[in-house]
Amino acid sequence: MRWALIGLALSFLTLFLFVPLISVFYEALKKGIDVYVAAITDPDAVSAIQLTLTAAAIAVPLNLIFGIAAAWAIAKFEFRGKNLLITLIDLPFSVSPVVSGLIYVLIFGLQGWLGPWLAEQDIKIIFAVPGIVLATIFVTVPFIARELIPLMQAQGTEEEEAAVVLGANGWQTFFHVTLPNVRWGLLYGVILCNARAMGEFGAVSVVSGHIRGSTNTLPLHVEILYNEYNFAAAFAVASLLALLALVTLALKTVVESKNKGNKEYTDEYTGT
Amino acid sequence: MHTFKQHSVLPGFNLALGFTLLYLSLIVLIPLSAAFIRTASLTWAEFWDVVTTPRVLASYRLTFGASFAAALVNAVFGLLVAWVLVRYRFPGKKLVDALVDLPFALPTAVAGIALTALYAGNGWIGQFFEPLGIKIAFTPLGVFVALTFIGLPFVVRTVQPVLEDIEAELEEAAATLGANRLQTFSRIIFPTLFPALITGFALAFARAIGEYGSVIFIAGNMPMISEITPLLIITKLEQYDYTGATALAVVMLIISFVMLLIINLLQWWSRRRRASA
Repeated sequence: MRWALIGLALSFLTLFLFVPLISVFYEALKKGIDVYVAAITDPDAVSAIQLTLTAAAIAVPLNLIFGIAAAWAIAKFEFRGKNLLITLIDLPFSVSPVVSGLIYVLIFGLQGWLGPWLAEQDIKIIFAVPGIVLATIFVTVPFIARELIPLMQAQGTEEEEAAVVLGANGWQTFFHVTLPNVRWGLLYGVILCNARAMGEFGAVSVVSGHIRGSTNTLPLHVEILYNEYNFAAAFAVASLLALLALVTLALKTVVESKNKGNKEYTDEYTGT
Repeated sequence: MHTFKQHSVLPGFNLALGFTLLYLSLIVLIPLSAAFIRTASLTWAEFWDVVTTPRVLASYRLTFGASFAAALVNAVFGLLVAWVLVRYRFPGKKLVDALVDLPFALPTAVAGIALTALYAGNGWIGQFFEPLGIKIAFTPLGVFVALTFIGLPFVVRTVQPVLEDIEAELEEAAATLGANRLQTFSRIIFPTLFPALITGFALAFARAIGEYGSVIFIAGNMPMISEITPLLIITKLEQYDYTGATALAVVMLIISFVMLLIINLLQWWSRRRRASA
């Protein structure tokens, strides 16, 4: 019975998880290492890597500041409408990526609210880098806040209150008392946020305009190569993203083992 | 409590909440409201016509049908995987546990092309189905495969902590009182797990409905047959039919909000059940 259940579970995971993962690297290297290296050092691929890194470098710090502010307000104070606020923070998780991109087109696109004014000022947001950054920020808004809120709630307010009573100001309290307590959860949120920021496809696809070498992120570059039937190159670029996913999972495992002591925290995590 | 906020000696509330609300409004709430405001320019009849054309209705059927089937498969196998991970020891267990989250971490476009290559007629997995006359890639079945992949971690990760918390004493007591293993599972374990299982199912279903990246590669995207609703939004956008695209987006947003509400209620129920257990 026991081994039958293990066998069945592992067969399912093999079919839907392990084989797809392995196939990415297999297809990437099938035509040899030269083709692989050529695909990821192609100028268009390099510019896609740069844009992906740029978008993540803007989106992750902004959402980090947001996550800390939101978690401080929600976890350390009691106020009305708190549950509604938590639901609103979660909202981007439940919106389809395509819709996330579309709403920015409705505001900044040529036919959008600010479109005509932006055109006069010669500012391009949609089909340009700012649109990609905005869409990336939108889809990654909840990640860090969601990790920090349950963690900071579980830790209560006594330590911070003691610090304030002893004469520390707000920033000192945060940096010397709160931050050390939540550092692993914070790191975990940053890792997840970064993975999603670099991997987002649907939302970015709507606002990007797919201009090679200029508004193409790594996932969009994968799509272009694939649609050109350049499968080896598509999988080569995809393998970079798969490696990023594996590094993310490895870091997650490390952070979780650091957090083992905090049961309430791991219980809260449902993985959305 | 008559005041908005309870008194606290801690500083920074106004700054933190003010920044949170400003950021959320600028990035999330105002842009989302744009979709509703744009659609308000349509009359109700016009809106209804746009969101119920035969092609759109076919896309709803596929999106919801495939999402439901995928979430159902994930409920069954997710429960099984969670059970195996919590109750049994086997070599490589830690690695398997870590890899369950792969669909969260792997960009959807990568999942899409990998699954397409595997389940195509000449792919590693598709070649076994081809002789049986079953085509997976470029059919609605392919959509189901992609959505199963995307939703895989949800049930595992909601059921796992509840299963870890079930006390061995409870099962031992049941066994002592003469229950066999099937009775213990169906009378003791399953009722305790049920709220978490349903929550995981709802999360997987909600995620699948909006999914785009992994599906478009494997679906084949034939109108009326294998075209999902999010793709239809893109198609309308590419034809500069902004109003049509937005009307469909509003339908999807309303569905997302309803799902979010249901999931919140389920999580609340699940927590209460665990607190009283």
